[in-house]
Amino acid sequence: MATFEPVLFARINKSDSASIRSYQADGGYSRLKEFLSMAPGDVTNIVKDSGLRGRGGAGFPTGLKWTFLPKDHPGPIYLAINADESEPGTFNNRYLMEKDPHQLIEGIILACHAIRSNRAYLYLRYEYGTSYRTLDAAIRECHAAGILGKNILGTGFDLDIILHRGAGAYICGEETGLIESLEGKRAWPRIKPPFPAIEGLFRKPTIVNNVETLCCVTHILYRGTEWFKSIGVPPDPSNPRDPGSYGPKLYCISGHVNRPCCVELPLGVTARELIEEHAGGVWKGRKAKAVVPGGISMGFLSDKELDTKLDFAGPGKVGCLGLGTAAVVVVDDHTSMVDVLHNCCRFMSHESCGQCTPCREGTHWMTKILDRIRSGNGRTEDLDLLLEVAGSMGIIPGTTICGLSDGAAWPVKNAINKFRPEFEDYIRSRKSSITSAQKMMAAH
Amino acid sequence: MATVLVNGKEVEIGANERLNCIQAAAKAGEEIPAYCWHPELSVVASCRMCLVEVGDKKPDGTVAMQPKLVPGCQTPAKDGTVIISDSPKVREARKATLEYLLLNHPLDCPTCDQAGECYLQDYSFNYGRGYSRLNEPKNIKPDKEYIGDQITLFTDRCIMCTRCVRFTREISGSAELQVVSRGSHEEIDIFPGHPVNNPLAGNVVDICPVGALCSKDFLYQQRVWWLKSTNSVCPGCSTGCSVTVDQNEDRVYRLKPRPNPQAQGHFMCDEGRFGWKYSHSDQRLTSPEVRINSQVSTRDWDQTLTSARNALKKAASGKTKLAAVLSPWMTVEEAWLLGSFLKSLCSEAVLALGPVRINGQDEHFPKDVHGNPVQPTRFTIRAEKAPNRNGVQAVLSHLTGEVMPFEELLRLASAGQFSTVYLTGGDPEGWITELQAEAFSDVESVIVQDFLPSPVLQHATHVLPSGTFVEREGTIVNHRGLAQLIRRAVRGPDGSRPDTRILWELAERSGLPQTEVLRREIAAAIPALSALTQPELRDHGTLLNPSQPMLAGT
Repeated sequence: MATFEPVLFARINKSDSASIRSYQADGGYSRLKEFLSMAPGDVTNIVKDSGLRGRGGAGFPTGLKWTFLPKDHPGPIYLAINADESEPGTFNNRYLMEKDPHQLIEGIILACHAIRSNRAYLYLRYEYGTSYRTLDAAIRECHAAGILGKNILGTGFDLDIILHRGAGAYICGEETGLIESLEGKRAWPRIKPPFPAIEGLFRKPTIVNNVETLCCVTHILYRGTEWFKSIGVPPDPSNPRDPGSYGPKLYCISGHVNRPCCVELPLGVTARELIEEHAGGVWKGRKAKAVVPGGISMGFLSDKELDTKLDFAGPGKVGCLGLGTAAVVVVDDHTSMVDVLHNCCRFMSHESCGQCTPCREGTHWMTKILDRIRSGNGRTEDLDLLLEVAGSMGIIPGTTICGLSDGAAWPVKNAINKFRPEFEDYIRSRKSSITSAQKMMAAH
Repeated sequence: MATVLVNGKEVEIGANERLNCIQAAAKAGEEIPAYCWHPELSVVASCRMCLVEVGDKKPDGTVAMQPKLVPGCQTPAKDGTVIISDSPKVREARKATLEYLLLNHPLDCPTCDQAGECYLQDYSFNYGRGYSRLNEPKNIKPDKEYIGDQITLFTDRCIMCTRCVRFTREISGSAELQVVSRGSHEEIDIFPGHPVNNPLAGNVVDICPVGALCSKDFLYQQRVWWLKSTNSVCPGCSTGCSVTVDQNEDRVYRLKPRPNPQAQGHFMCDEGRFGWKYSHSDQRLTSPEVRINSQVSTRDWDQTLTSARNALKKAASGKTKLAAVLSPWMTVEEAWLLGSFLKSLCSEAVLALGPVRINGQDEHFPKDVHGNPVQPTRFTIRAEKAPNRNGVQAVLSHLTGEVMPFEELLRLASAGQFSTVYLTGGDPEGWITELQAEAFSDVESVIVQDFLPSPVLQHATHVLPSGTFVEREGTIVNHRGLAQLIRRAVRGPDGSRPDTRILWELAERSGLPQTEVLRREIAAAIPALSALTQPELRDHGTLLNPSQPMLAGT
C-alpha cells in the first residue's frame, strides 16, 4: 500500500512539530470545542464503532473498555495513560510524545470527556527524559491556551494531566502494576476482578490506555469511523470472535536491518514487507533467521513465516502470542538462537516482579538452564525441560496474575519448537568444543 | 442457602457465609493446599498453590467449566459453583508450583525448626514430585539473624508468600516487614533500624508456612514431633486467647495461638506468647510449710492441709471472723471449691476478690504510623491482666451477694477483724506489696496458696505451693463472658500441687479431684454459670451471655 498517507506520523518531520502553534496551524484543537459539547456517551460510541483496539499489546477494544465503567458513578474517575514503553524493541510512543505531544493531549482530553474524568495521570518511563520535557512544556502551553485546566474552551469541562515518571521497571507497564506504582506502592500487578474500570487507581474507576491508542482517538474523532475502518484488516468471517484490526499502526523495526526505523502503516503488513521495503533489508547482505513480531514476549517468526500479516490475529496463527506492541526485531542467520533466547530469558527473569511463584522461579530457572547450555554443559533433555517449564507458566494455563509470565514463556516455546535442530546442534557442538578447564570455570 | 459441588460432593453454605473455594472445599472435607492465603489476611493469590478448576452449574443441570485454572483463594464459592480439586490438570499445576517453590529452597529440613509442621514438606509429600530437576546451583540468600528481638529470618527458606508482610501491615499496622529486590532475588527484609518488635511480632513465626521466620526463643529447642500439644487458654490478660501449650517431658517449650473466632481470632500477643516462663522459674514454691513462730514445723502435705483446715475451722467457730481472698487468676472451679467450703464452715466468712491488675490501657490493633488505633480493630491486648475476674466475680456474688474489693478486706484485716485468712495469689507479676502485706501481720493464721514468693509469705503460717495455668484444669471467663477450659499440660515441680487438688483435699471431698463434677455443681447452683456444662466449653468455649455479639479480636 504505497499510497498510504501517515496520520499519526503526519507531523513528526516538521520543524517545531511539538509546539501548540504548529499543531493548531495544522488544524489541531480546531474542533475540540465541538467534540467537548457532544454527550460523553456519543464520543464513546464513535470510538467503539471505529473498532479501535488498544495499541499497548493486548489489543482490547478501546471503546468497549470505556463502557465497562460503572454507570452514573459520582466520581472521581481517572484516566491513566500508559507511557511506560518498556517492551524491548518498542519506541513508537517515544516518537509520538517527543514529536507531536499535542496530538496525544487532544486524545487524552477527548478520552477523559468520554469517560467523565477530570484527572489524567500520564505514567512515563523514567528513561524518556526528552519526552518528559516535551510533554511538560506542551501541558503548560495548553494551560496557557485554556485547553487544559478549568472550564476548557468555555465548555465547562475541567481536566488536569499529571505527568508521573516511573522508576524503571518493565512490570510498571502492566496496567494494574502501573496503578500500584502510581499509588506509590511496589508495582505488583493486582488480582482481577475487580478490573481497573471498576476499582483502579486510588480504588476509583480507572481506564488505562496506551499513548498510541489515545493518538488514534484524536484522528477517529476528526476523520470519522468510516475513515478508520477503511484502513487495516476487517474481521475474519470464519472467526466470530475476531473484531478485526482496523486503523494505522506504528511498526518499530530494529535488530539486524540496514535501517532501523519506526513507520506508520495500515495494520496487516507482512514482516517481509517491513524488513525489505521499510528497513532496507537485513544487514550485511544476510538473511533473516527469525523475526520477533511484536516485542520479545510475543515469540518468534521463523524465516518461513515472514509473510505473516502483522495484524492482531496474524501472529497468533503461527504460534506467536500476538501482535504485542508491533516491535519487529530481526535476527540474522549468523546469530545463534540460543543466544537470542538466553537474552530474552535474562531480561524476563530480571524484570519478573516476583509475586507469582511460577514466573518468579520459572523465568530464573530457564535463564539458569540456558546459561548452562551456553557454558557447554547442556543436554538435549534440557530442551524438553525448558518446554515443560514454559508450558506451566503464564495466565494461559492460569498460573499467574499478569501476562508477563506468558511473555516470558512464549519466546522459549517458539524458539525451541521452531528452531529445535539448531538448539540440539548447539548443545552437541558446545559440549565437544569446550575444555574441561572451561567447564570448571563455568561451573563456578 | 447455597449449594457448592466439590469434587462431586454437595456441600451447603449458609446464606451469610462468604467463603472462597478453599473454605468451601474444606467444608466438604477436601483440602486445597495454599501458602499465601490466610483467613485473616488480604488475598493476594500469588503463591498459585491453590489452583483449581472452577465452573458453574446452570439451572438446567449442565456445568460450564472455566477453561483456565483459577486460584481457589480468590474465587468466591456461590450457589452452583463447581470446584474440582483432584483432576490431573490440577495435580499437574500443583506439582509444577511445588517444583518451583523447592527450586531454591535449601533442603536443610534436618536442622530446620519447622520440619514436622512445614507446609512445604507436607504438600511436597502429598502433591510434589519427590526430586528436583534443577541442575544448576541454588540461589543462596544470606540469613538475617536480627530482624527483631524475638525473630530471626532464614532468608533462603522463604517462599515469598508475603503473609508476614501483610500481617505487619494489616493486623499490627506497624509495617516493619517488606519485600526488597525483584524476581528470584527478592527477599523479605526490614527497613534498617526498624526491627519487628511490635507487641504482636511473634505471630509472623506462626503464619510463616515454612521455616523462614523462626522464634529465637524456640530455635533449636525441640523437634516439633516430640512436642505434645494441649488446648488451653492464655492467662495473660482478660482477652483469653485460645492457645495450645506445647510441651515435652513436663517442660513447656512454646505457646501457639489456637484459632477461635469467639475469643481472639487467629493470633496472640507476645506478652502472652512468651509469658509462660514463670512456670519453670527456680523461684517456684515447691514445699508446703506450716510455720509456728516463723519456724517451719512441717513440710508434709497432709500435715499442712490438716493444720490449715483446723485453723479455718477454729476461726469459723470462734468470735473473730474467717476471711479469704479469691484471686482473679483462679479458675471458676477453684473459686467455687474454696468459696463454698468456707461458706459451709461459716456463713459469716468474708470473701473478697483479689487484686485485679490493670496495666495502662487496652491496646488496639492495627495502629497507624503515629501509634493511634485504626478501625476496624483486629486484635486487642487488654489492660486488665487478670484472666478470670468475670468468673470469680460470678462465684463471689452468688456466695456473698456483693463483691468485696481487696482494699476493703485489707482494711478489715488491719483492724484486727480476722483470726484466719486464706489468701490465693496467682499473679506472676506479684499481687501484693510489702505495705499491703502488713495488714496480715497480726492475723493468727495466714494461709497462702500461691506458686511464687510474695511479700505476704513473711506473715504466712501455712504455705500451699500451687500450680500455674499449664499445670491446672478449669474454666476461665474472659472479658466478654466467654468461658473456656484451661487444661493441664505438664506436671508441676515436685512439692507443688494443682490448686483444685489442694482445695479438694482441704474441703475433705471424697474421691479424686474432678473439675467436671465441680462444673456440674456450679451450673446447678449459679444460674449465671449454667452454661458451663455445655459441650462447646471443651472446644471454642461457651458464651455465658450468648446475646453478646461475636467479634473476633475486639
